[in-house]
Amino acid sequence: MTPPLLTITDVAVELPTPRGILRAVDDVDLSLQAGRTLGIVGESGCGKTMLSRAILQLLPKKAKLSGRVMFDGQDLVQLAPESLRRLRARDLAVVFQDPMTSLNPVLTIGTQLMETLQEHLELDTPAARKRSIELLAAVGIPAPEQRLAQYPHQCSGGMRQRIAIAIALSCEPKLLIADEPTTALDVTIQAQILDLLAREQRRRHMAMIIITHDLGVVAGRADEVAVMYAGRVVERAPTPMLFKRMHMPYTEALLAAIPKLETAPHTPLPAISGRPPDPTRPLKGCSFAPRCRYATSRCREAKPELTSAEMADHLYACFHPIKMAEGIGA
Amino acid sequence: MATLELSMQDEVAAAPVRHKRKLGLLFWIASLWLAIVLALAILAPVLPLQNPVDMDMLERRAAFSSEHWLGTDGLGRDEFARLIFGARVSLTVGLIAPLIGLGVGGALGLLAGYFRGRFETLVVGSMDVLLAFPPLIFALAVTAYLGQSIPNLTVILGVLGIPAFMRVARAATLSLARREFVIAAEALGASHARILLRELLPNVILPLLAFFLLGVAVTIVVEGALSFLGLGVPPPMASWGSMIGEGRDSLDVAPRLAFLPAAGLFLTVLAFNLVGDTMRALTDPRQGAL
Amino acid sequence: MLNFVARRLLAILPVLLAVSLLTFLIASLLPGDLAMVILGDQATPENVAALRHDMGLDQPLWWRYLSWLGHVLQGDLGRSFRTGQTVLQAVGERIPVSLELMLMAEFIGLLIGVPLAIACAARAGGAFDRFMTGSAFAMLSMPSFLLAILLIYLFAVELHWLPATGYVPFTEEPLANLRFFVLPALTLALAEWPGIMRVLRSDMIATLQEDYIALAKAKGLKPSRILFVHALKPSSLTLVTVTGINIGRLLGGTLIVESIFALPGIGRLLVGAIYTRDLVILQGVVLLVACGFVIVNFIVDMLYAVLDPRIRHGHA
Repeated sequence: MTPPLLTITDVAVELPTPRGILRAVDDVDLSLQAGRTLGIVGESGCGKTMLSRAILQLLPKKAKLSGRVMFDGQDLVQLAPESLRRLRARDLAVVFQDPMTSLNPVLTIGTQLMETLQEHLELDTPAARKRSIELLAAVGIPAPEQRLAQYPHQCSGGMRQRIAIAIALSCEPKLLIADEPTTALDVTIQAQILDLLAREQRRRHMAMIIITHDLGVVAGRADEVAVMYAGRVVERAPTPMLFKRMHMPYTEALLAAIPKLETAPHTPLPAISGRPPDPTRPLKGCSFAPRCRYATSRCREAKPELTSAEMADHLYACFHPIKMAEGIGA
Repeated sequence: MATLELSMQDEVAAAPVRHKRKLGLLFWIASLWLAIVLALAILAPVLPLQNPVDMDMLERRAAFSSEHWLGTDGLGRDEFARLIFGARVSLTVGLIAPLIGLGVGGALGLLAGYFRGRFETLVVGSMDVLLAFPPLIFALAVTAYLGQSIPNLTVILGVLGIPAFMRVARAATLSLARREFVIAAEALGASHARILLRELLPNVILPLLAFFLLGVAVTIVVEGALSFLGLGVPPPMASWGSMIGEGRDSLDVAPRLAFLPAAGLFLTVLAFNLVGDTMRALTDPRQGAL
Repeated sequence: MLNFVARRLLAILPVLLAVSLLTFLIASLLPGDLAMVILGDQATPENVAALRHDMGLDQPLWWRYLSWLGHVLQGDLGRSFRTGQTVLQAVGERIPVSLELMLMAEFIGLLIGVPLAIACAARAGGAFDRFMTGSAFAMLSMPSFLLAILLIYLFAVELHWLPATGYVPFTEEPLANLRFFVLPALTLALAEWPGIMRVLRSDMIATLQEDYIALAKAKGLKPSRILFVHALKPSSLTLVTVTGINIGRLLGGTLIVESIFALPGIGRLLVGAIYTRDLVILQGVVLLVACGFVIVNFIVDMLYAVLDPRIRHGHA
């Protein structure tokens, strides 16, 4: 088997806050093969965005990063800034959550597309312009030539996210990180954007990490899913396997929180009670224990490690994994 | 809803959040300096100082001596006494003028921010007209008509400060007027006067007072500039500005005559700015800290 | 865009009218009768009354305002009874001096303030940033007449490098003209840069936190391009506003600096008019300066729109 495109080992991110050190990402290991898709799922504040920023080397200045991020044979953490800069866009691209804030409001769309092409592919202006028009057309923007002279505020949210995707795709990256690419968009646009991403990924044979709080988003689109809670990966498995038999009570709760069509009207949604623990005061035991209906005294005393039981590629961190028979509806 | 375990956790977590805001060494040095200058200025008439307007043509620009601690100026007047009486003038104008701005501007801003509507449009509009005049030019023009005297100067500089105080008060009121405690008071049937005085004023007064200190600094500078041009306090009265203006003529032979009052003016303005800025940071409604 | 300009123009008309009324009232209501001033202390009451009648000073106030305003709108702001010059002539002669001074000062101020702001924002919280922020704060407490005295002492009295006072027109001796302008312009610029730096710095720091800066980094752009194009352009909006607001202070500073360095500009004309109690010149200059100030602020508003596409397209 070829070595993975991306392997992250023992990655931890610590942020100083007025309340103390916040351990936003807590010893995470992940890997991703070229051309595959990894979904990272968790509720807000679980550290999934910080993890993506750690991979991208775009953490806030105050943040402390430890561990290794091996990408295409190089450790991004150790890489010199100039080498890292050359690798960006060409090998490693990103689409941020909110297209309203991720495009520069005072630069035209053309400038924002063409500057990337000119920086990395050394195209001259007419060539960069031609390529920008092709890219805009590829992400489904009508009349792309006119768009080049426009500013972001003249486009709708969905349109802006398409532009952001065009920018990310412009230099044919090997890995695209999509950080909640649809959260800020209308429901009707969400599926279109996700399908666009999936289509372009297949066409360009690009690896992708989709970060989301919605298990439904990764269901049909990711090859593997990692569920994060309080800075740690608590369950990781190939997507079909995860949905067939999840082991972690948190994953179960996440899935149960998605509203379903077949549910009768006026049924209260089974929301996850409580809030995630304060990340500046780590618990001794399992972070999910205070909210978990299966928790025992053992869960409050010790932290379960990420291990696999019957299946080698299905990892989970729980002392009381959900048994097959209990399933989702238990 | 949060479970029982979580609420216990919250209590544990909340304890270390409180941290004291340090005012810093500079703040205390600046306060000390202001206290000394203020004390000297207030006590000037009872201190054993020489008469600041007594001229001695035989001892012009005399050097430092036991008789004249800081020497004498171009007309043989005691420099030390003039410095302290100058502080008296600069501080009188500098403190009273912003009080006018604080009172009138603060009240207008509070009313405009609370009642909104036509009244607010009128107040903001007339302030815009006042702001259309570059402040120093307005002050100069009006002094020219009214005549030079300390009360005139104080009133003019006070009027000039009204728009700025109005803006601060209005902004603070606007941000407060829709808060729960005001709405609650309205719902309980409190009168406008009661809401304005009991609910809004105590919250608006803090940012206004912080701004007042910055206003003092600005006023001292403008008074200094006018007096420097010979259009502020009437001679032979001393103000720091007029002393610097007089000292300018002897920069080549006795630069201290300009630099001593200049240092006094600079340090005092800096001290007011420092203290005012610290207070402003503490009372900034956006940070919600007191 | 045209619609936007028209709306703003309509909004400043009442302000201009109110400015003219206020200028008129200051001159008319405050003590100090023009006829008394002109005739001096020796005037008999009959002479004063005759002159008052000739000048229309015995008419009702509203009538005097309207007729004054009528003359002003036709470009007649009156004539100095001391020099015989009209207000427009006097101002026209001196405007180039004041403009040269202000432009030079603003240019030097931006030249000092903008690079410092960028350097501070790029390493916010670092030693250089803390030092410069502190220096700027101290400089803000330094009025321009203090700076003028310091510069004169240093460069004219001690070092003899530059003249302390004087003026020749640029058209006659360009180099000598510039030499005379160095100290006054530097004085004003030294008072200007701290404000420019502080505002631009804090705005740049805020801009550098934006998502689109993170995206620009993720795009692998050069740090210089991120700083100067992606961060400076949106931040420069605030800079334009500040420059606009500062013009009032700059005008005041010009007045002082022109007096100190004996530059024959508007400020000196005004101060001279006060010394000689030339009330017609005084009133005219105050009116023109205030109107100019309103119009400059209007232009700054327009500049704002040119720089920010969101405002230009009526989205904000």
